[in-house]
Amino acid sequence: MKTRYLTAAAGALLLGLAPLPAMAAGKTIAVSWKTFQEERWKTDEAAIKAVVEAAGDKFVTTDAQGSAQKQAADIEGLITQKVDVILVVAFDSDAILPSFKAASDAGVKMLSYDVLVEDPNALYVTFDNVGVGRLMAKVIQDAKPEGNYAFIKGDKGDPNATFLFQGITEVLKAGMDGGKIKNVCETFTDGWKPDNAQKNMEQCLTSTGNKVDAVVSENDGMASGVVAALDAQGLAGSVPVSGQDGDKAALNRVALGTQTVSVWKDSRAPGKAAGEAAVAIADGKDAASLPGVTKFNKGKNGVEVNAILLTPDAITKDNLNDVIDAGWISKAEACAGVKAGTVKACD
Amino acid sequence: MTTPAIGSHDPALSDEGWVRRFFNATEIDTRMLGMVGALLVIWAGFDIYSGILRPGDGLFGGSFLTPRNLWILMVQTSSIAVMATGMVLVIVMRQIDLSVGSMLSFISVSVGYLQVYGLGPALGVGHPAIWIIAVLFGLAMGALLGCFNGILIAYLKIPSFIVTLGGLIAYSGLAWWVIRGETVAPMDQTYKLIGGNGPLASIGPLWSWILAFFACGGIVTAIITGRQQRRRFKFPLRPIWAETVIGVVGSLIVLGTTWLVNSYPWAPKVIEKYALDHNIPIPEGTLDVSGDAICREGDKIVRCAGGLSYETGYAIPVLIVISVGFLMTFLATRTRFGRYVFATGGNPEAAVLAGVNTKRLTVMIFTLMGVLVAISALISTARLDSATNSLGQFNELYVIAAAVIGGTSLAGGIGTIYGALLGALLMQSLQSGMTLLNFPSAYKDMVVGGVLVTAVWVDQMYQSRVK
Repeated sequence: MKTRYLTAAAGALLLGLAPLPAMAAGKTIAVSWKTFQEERWKTDEAAIKAVVEAAGDKFVTTDAQGSAQKQAADIEGLITQKVDVILVVAFDSDAILPSFKAASDAGVKMLSYDVLVEDPNALYVTFDNVGVGRLMAKVIQDAKPEGNYAFIKGDKGDPNATFLFQGITEVLKAGMDGGKIKNVCETFTDGWKPDNAQKNMEQCLTSTGNKVDAVVSENDGMASGVVAALDAQGLAGSVPVSGQDGDKAALNRVALGTQTVSVWKDSRAPGKAAGEAAVAIADGKDAASLPGVTKFNKGKNGVEVNAILLTPDAITKDNLNDVIDAGWISKAEACAGVKAGTVKACD
Repeated sequence: MTTPAIGSHDPALSDEGWVRRFFNATEIDTRMLGMVGALLVIWAGFDIYSGILRPGDGLFGGSFLTPRNLWILMVQTSSIAVMATGMVLVIVMRQIDLSVGSMLSFISVSVGYLQVYGLGPALGVGHPAIWIIAVLFGLAMGALLGCFNGILIAYLKIPSFIVTLGGLIAYSGLAWWVIRGETVAPMDQTYKLIGGNGPLASIGPLWSWILAFFACGGIVTAIITGRQQRRRFKFPLRPIWAETVIGVVGSLIVLGTTWLVNSYPWAPKVIEKYALDHNIPIPEGTLDVSGDAICREGDKIVRCAGGLSYETGYAIPVLIVISVGFLMTFLATRTRFGRYVFATGGNPEAAVLAGVNTKRLTVMIFTLMGVLVAISALISTARLDSATNSLGQFNELYVIAAAVIGGTSLAGGIGTIYGALLGALLMQSLQSGMTLLNFPSAYKDMVVGGVLVTAVWVDQMYQSRVK
């Protein structure tokens, strides 16, 4: 017992004496993935790890392998190991709540990453999904301020499809109420499938006699179906089409001019933001005081949490070089088949 | 009316006798006629309803019964229709293939990957050999996958439900593995024609008429040779008037369909682009937004009534469906292979005792199914002009539903190719029609599911009454 007090005292003394930057080092930051089998998390992990290790902290991960029970056990294990901060990509955002509470009680700081966990003590880091909808609607409205709009929405069972549409209508509401913008077709697309989107767009063109001036498609995959349907009527390139995800094929369509915008979420950005926030919180900073933190209460229980909501980029012809410079897509892939002199990023 | 006494006494009875006599003489499948009737009622309903919402130039004032919508409907049906013809034979053999959707997905992404990342860079984008290699590769892949399914079922004696359920899961995994959820695009320009997308993917009015006249000639020849064959084997002959009715109705259907596809004009924007690209002179004219042609008014190009215009004709995927339907019908009804399939489906033990190699037959059927899936994969990717994992998802359900609505019995031994084609058309009609009317998609699923169950119920009632 005595030696333990002594070491503790010595440690406190050392900490007190040490210069300030060293304070950051030596903390442990953990990530609990819901399932690491998906391709995309590898990019996130690399981004978080880079930030954490640059700050001199230790980085550990666990993989829940798609099981809510395993994730709870993982977090329990991390608390026992006395890590300082845990970032959680929750498999089940409700079932994980008790684990969040246990961690907070043990003095471990929690972050929910990508998936919202409604614990008022946890910081939420994600892309702003309503913002994606706003962004795509804005670009399309700039391109075609008046006329007949078609809306190709995602799967009816996916709440994201509705979130996106909220953002879209927020932007277009004024135009719709003023009669400048007319909603001529609005359909959900089963499974977000491109071939279903193609059929929906074909029916839309048939029912309106090709009188469609702009298409808001909620993602890039569906945009490929929309563009194929427009192409059959010779309208591809003259009717603005939106999308999101930064699909390689979609960015190529942006360069070719058949798609107007692909809203792109740089998957390294949330990792970087979360890593930086985790390091700061580990150092004892208050989450609410971090740069870029806002209040967010749009979850299904309406709990107010601190959140970092990242704004995605709207990739159009004009800023296509952003994705090329970021190494997301090669110039050859983005510019395949583009005529010289039409797109700056391709010359 | 050989018994005028009864006729005058009870007109209803005599009338029924006349109808029955007509169908007996012409040997028309009344079941098929019922389906065609249902289809026509649905079409008319959609046209009237869509006309109430937004008047169009359809037959009943809507936008469903227009050449354009029916043309697109045929193209939209093509992928499922091709697979449904194979599924009929699989089900007739008392087997099932649940893996067709995932297999389509796997073949699609592989063919897409080969074109975009393999052949494109190697031969140069737009090389004329690309589409041929891609098509052959796809067909070979389909045959191999189907053959593999068949061997597991026939020789390892694993039930086809299990083998293809495994395939449903495994092939979708393989499709993911090939491109990791990315979309591969664009497809080769010539390859794209297989999908019927774009004006050059149809054969135009002249070739459509030539084809139609050959088809009519074929119908007449078939009737004449059929008659000779019956005479040779001393089968009962159809009366001359019945033969004439069949010939005339058949030819009218062919000519009517051809007239329909030849009445769908190219979109004005498409004509404009084509004319400018090929230096075709555009005649002078005045603006008329209701016209389908284009004219030059001053230095502007406008829509007009009597200027430059082109008609579409049969789309290539529709011709593929017609050829596949024809070949499969021939295979099922006119070859030893087909007879063995139906014999095995009707009574497997008896077929084995009669010397049919049912194992080899099973492998052949599944290989054939694989090839048909590959054809559908080619049509789907060419039509979408890109390949993704999600192509083909849930297609197995629609394919099986099309075969079953078309009268294929899950107990085996009964089924027709044309029934499956009609079944596919019926389901696509429902889906396209409801989309045209802006139906919420939850209702669409409910209606399609309901129709499937109702169709089978009506069919069983009908079958038991006929017996």
